[in-house]
This record gives sequence, C-alpha cells and structure tokens, in this order.
Amino acid sequence: MTQNNVPPPARLNRTRFLLIVILTALVTFAVTALLTNIFQRKQEAKNLYVRFVDVREDTTDPEVWGKNWPREYDSYKKTDEPTRTRFGGHGGSESLPQEKAQRDPWLARAFAGYAFSLDYRDRRGHIHMLYDQEHTARVTQRPQPGSCLHCHASIIPTYRRVGEGDVMAGFDKLCKLSYAQANAEVQKTGSMNPVGVGEGKTEFQHVAGAHPVACVDCHDPASMQLRVTRPGFIRGIKAYMAGQGQPDFDPNRDATRQQMRTYVCAQCHVEYYCGPKTTLFFPWNNGLRVEQIESYYDGYKFPDGHRFYDWKHAETGAELLKAQHPEFEFWNQGVHSAAGVACADCHMPYERQGAMKVSDHWVRSPLLNIQRACQPCHAVPEEELKARVDRIQDRHFNLLTRTGHALVDFLDTFKALRAPWNQANQAAATAAAQEKLAKDEAFAKLSADDQAAKLKETAAGILNDRWSEHVYADPQLKAIAELQRQGQWRLDFVAAENSMGFHAPQEGARVLGEAIDLLRQAQLLTQKYTPGAVAHPAVGPGE
Amino acid sequence: MRARRVSLAAILLGIPLGVGLFTFRYAEGLSYLSNNPRTCINCHIMNDEYNAWEKSGHHHVATCNDCHVPHDFIGKYMAKARNGWNHSRAFTMQDFPEPIMIGPVNARILQDNCVRCHEPLVADTLLRSPEHAGGVACVHCHKNVGHGPSR
Repeated sequence: MTQNNVPPPARLNRTRFLLIVILTALVTFAVTALLTNIFQRKQEAKNLYVRFVDVREDTTDPEVWGKNWPREYDSYKKTDEPTRTRFGGHGGSESLPQEKAQRDPWLARAFAGYAFSLDYRDRRGHIHMLYDQEHTARVTQRPQPGSCLHCHASIIPTYRRVGEGDVMAGFDKLCKLSYAQANAEVQKTGSMNPVGVGEGKTEFQHVAGAHPVACVDCHDPASMQLRVTRPGFIRGIKAYMAGQGQPDFDPNRDATRQQMRTYVCAQCHVEYYCGPKTTLFFPWNNGLRVEQIESYYDGYKFPDGHRFYDWKHAETGAELLKAQHPEFEFWNQGVHSAAGVACADCHMPYERQGAMKVSDHWVRSPLLNIQRACQPCHAVPEEELKARVDRIQDRHFNLLTRTGHALVDFLDTFKALRAPWNQANQAAATAAAQEKLAKDEAFAKLSADDQAAKLKETAAGILNDRWSEHVYADPQLKAIAELQRQGQWRLDFVAAENSMGFHAPQEGARVLGEAIDLLRQAQLLTQKYTPGAVAHPAVGPGE
Repeated sequence: MRARRVSLAAILLGIPLGVGLFTFRYAEGLSYLSNNPRTCINCHIMNDEYNAWEKSGHHHVATCNDCHVPHDFIGKYMAKARNGWNHSRAFTMQDFPEPIMIGPVNARILQDNCVRCHEPLVADTLLRSPEHAGGVACVHCHKNVGHGPSR
C-alpha cells in the first residue's frame, strides 16, 4: 500500500465509525432506560406493605403505626396544615370565630346566655384536637365533664382499664369524672409501644401520655379492617337501627364495608348530649331527622325529672336546645347518602401511589381536592363542579341568614314585652345577687371591675331564672317559648352542621323554611300577647 | 481490515437490538396485538378498571377491545397504535392528570361500539350518536355498565 491511495476514505470511515458508535450508544442508553422504567412499574404492582413492628389494641401512639403504614401516617400528619374554603375552615356555631360572628350578627343574639363564646378560634385538623381541647378557655375556665374526651382522645384503652376489661363500664365511669380527672386517666394509660423487633417476640413498653384520635380508633390492629370503638356511637346506632327494624345491630358485625367508611366518622361528627347532667348519649332512638331528634329530646327527662334542655335563653327565658355538629344526620338526608357515597369517598379519597390505592388520611374539605374527591364520579371540569357547589352554598347561606333575621325580629319584639317587668325587678335582682355574692369568698378577692361584672352577671341570672318560671306558668308565654325552642332548634341544627348546606341542600331548605315559619309565628303571638291575664310575681328578697 | 470493521459494527448494532428485543419481550410487546383483556393490566394503572369490569354486567359479553377499539382491521390497529403510543409515553413519563378520563376520539369509538351491539334498541331514537341534536352518549347515563368509577 502506498500513502497515495489510503488517506481520504480512511478518514471518512473513521468518522462514520464514530458516528455509529455514538448512535448505537444512544439507542442502547434509551432502551435500557426504558427497560428499567418498565421494571420499576412492574415492581410497583407487587409492592404491598411490610409490617416492621407489632401494634396492639393499646398502641394509641400513631407514630408507631406509621412505621408499618407510612403513606397513611404521612397524610394523617398533614392535618397539621391549616385549610380554608369559602365558608369553612372555622367551626359552626359551636366554635365561632370572630369574623363569623361579625358576618352573622344574629348568632350572638341566638345564643344569648350560652357559654360557648368564652373562647373560640379556627377549627384545626385531627392532629390538634386534643391539644386544642385541653387549652381552650371553655375547658380551663369552666368545669367540663370527662365525657368530652370520648371524641378528643384515643381513649378506648383507658375505658378498658378503668372498666377493668369492660369498655362500656369504663365509659360510664369516666363520664362521671371531671375533665381534668379523666384527662389524667388517659395520660396514665398512655400507649403500649413495641420494643425489639421480631416475629412473635415483640415486647411492649408503657409510654405515658395521651394522643388525639389515632389509627387504633378506626382500625383493627390485627387486620387493619375498619371498626368503630366509641361507646356513644355503638349505643346510638344500635338504638337507631332498632327503630329501623334491625334489632341488636352491631356495626362491627353487621355493617358493610361501605357503611363502615361512614360510621367511623359518625363516631364523633354527630349531634349528642355531652353532659354534665347525664352520661353522654346520641339522640337517635326516634330517627336521624331534625324533628325526630327533637321528639327524642322532648321526651327525655334528666335524672332530676326536668324535661331535656341545654340552656335558658337570656332574653326570653325559654328552655332551648343547642345543636352540636350533626354532619352524619344531615348527610343522611342528602343525595350523596342515597347514592351510597360514604364520608371517606369525598373526605378521604383514594390516591394512586405507584400501583397502590391509598386512602388520603389528610381529612379535609373535598373542595380542596376536587380532582380526587369529585371527579372519579363526576366527569366534568373542576370549574363547573366548583360553580355547582358555590350555587348550592350561596342559596343555602342566603336562606340561613334570612332565618337568622326572623329570629332577631322575634327577639326584638319579645324584648319590648319583657322590658317593663325587667325594669320593675332589676333592683330587687341586684340586691339578691349582692346578698348571694356576699357569702362567696372568691368574690371578695376579685378586682373592682371583675366584681362589678360578676354582680351584673349574677343579677341577670337571677332575673332570668325567675322570668323563666313565669314563662312556663303563663300559657301565652309558654306557647311563645315552645315556638322559639322548635324554630331555633331547626335554625341551629342547620347552622351548626359543617357543609354550608351541601350535605343535603333540599333538606336544609325544608328545615330552614319550617324555622322561619315557627319564628314568625312566635313573633305574631308576642305581638298579640294580652298582658295581665296571668300575674307575674316580682323578684322577692333573698332569692 | 474491512471484514473486521464490518463485524465490529455488526456487534455494536447487535447489542442494542438484543437489549431492545429483550425489552420488547419483558414488556410483553406481542400481547398488544391480541384481544386478551389482561393485556390492559400489563401496566397496573388499569387494575381498578379491570377489577370493576370483572364484576360488571358486560363481563360475559365484552372485553376491553370490544368496546374500546373499532372493529374494522385498519381502524383497530390505527387505534391500537395511537393509544399505544399515547399511553406508554404518559405512563413512562408519569405526567398525566388523574382521574384518567376518556378523550373525544376514544369516546366516539366507545359510542359506536355501544350502538354496534345495541343497534336494534336505539335504531328509532336520536340516541345513536351524541352528534345528533339533543343526543347524548350511552355512557352518560349507563356509566357503570363496563366498569364503574374506582372507589
């Protein structure tokens, strides 16, 4: 070979050679990347969970469970984050935030004399429920019963311990304790946490301290199956189902899985009486609708024989009912309930993580998660779904406000009726209050301002108690008070429910329509009142 | 010299070809030419739909392809090619919105397949096609006949 006939083609060949190497390298790179991607997706499909530690009935600490079920635990921890929707993010009437009281001035009049507004702040997620209850002034400054912890703590192991193995007996016992005493019992029970890992040889160690609602409250530690544990619910749903022709109903035995996905929430998101006059109960014996619950309350007698009531209204003296947060009852009247949709379908929707379907334990408004909460069933754009909800809630809010105004109109009319008697008896009531407080050692230690406030409050209480007696002795006034009880119960039932009507819009309109009618009737009777038909004795000395 | 280069190039090309063939087999590439419904759960993304279909009213008479691809030869393989590309690209990149919703082209194929079997039932109505005035797709109301929403 001579140098003349080689060089140019050899160069070309070398360039082409390099090009081929680079190209094939790229193709191999891409195909291998695809291969590992396919491998990864196939692995996802096989991946279930690994049980690293043992958990038991008395493992209340959710962090321990989180070692086995990190996906669920991670989303549960997100309940730490504050959330807001147009109407939500703060509680109903029970935990009034400032801005809502300002937006709905009728609320302050509606609950005159009820001690709920002592301290109110934004409602927070599940993870904060125990801390927030322990620290609210409603609990620190007012005596509250131990029954409050039924829903705010992971309490079943404490019931079992105090009841010596019998959860129901422990529940009855703890309800009779004060909040502080019951809380101390829960702290003492603590959590039994596993130490040392290994099948069959796990040992458990006692760690003191209370936890808010945790895994064990809704899941069986052996199978992770859904179950209900709260005594109030178990008794309540049994009484309700008996009325529906299903005697001896035990949700853990008789309910379907889809029902359980509602029942676990209905352990707490319901109407109830929490004490202190009697043990906590759910008023479901006659049914779940507003008038069925009312009829149960009307027929219920406290241990002292008096008809059930929550408080006496400070302006009218009427014995009224206070609604808690009847989400389960109200939802039951709605279209989603009829279609078999459970609480968890919208509030804890499934999320795909790899090939796993994980229920989102960041329990929150579906409006913050429309894609997963609504769209699996409603295949329409997110904006349209949002607009539908807005329309429903707007109408509901307007009707609710209108009902509130009907109540205020009635109260204004009644004020005029009562004013002369108040004026005539104010001095006597103040004197009676002074006499009563003189015997109170704590009163003497208060500052002058606090003393004045306390005196005013006590006098108003004496005045209202006496007036209330007149109301129920005078047939005309009694009829008015009964109308207020019925009307305001309906208004409050709807206002306290947390969905601004969405859980059952038509039922909301029906109940508010009745409330408007009843409250306007009360106003009419007040206007027609004939004074003097029954004498109203004055406040006497020494009351 | 030249022979050595050719064989080197052949080896270099043979490697990606081999890897490619393995990948094709590992990904069960041939199954996509079949009508077997299990092909649709080669990827786990369709597990819920597959499970729901197994319990559905149409389970005994229709598989995935009966409803989701056209029934003429060209249309069928065009649909398979188009969906095959779209779905494998999306599943590899994991960049699709969830819940997965059917697109207009596939919705049209689905509707045609409803009518294909139920022609006698809808022959005299406007329901044959959503494009008719006032027409709606069959699955607008009968949304659970094939497989319900996952829950």
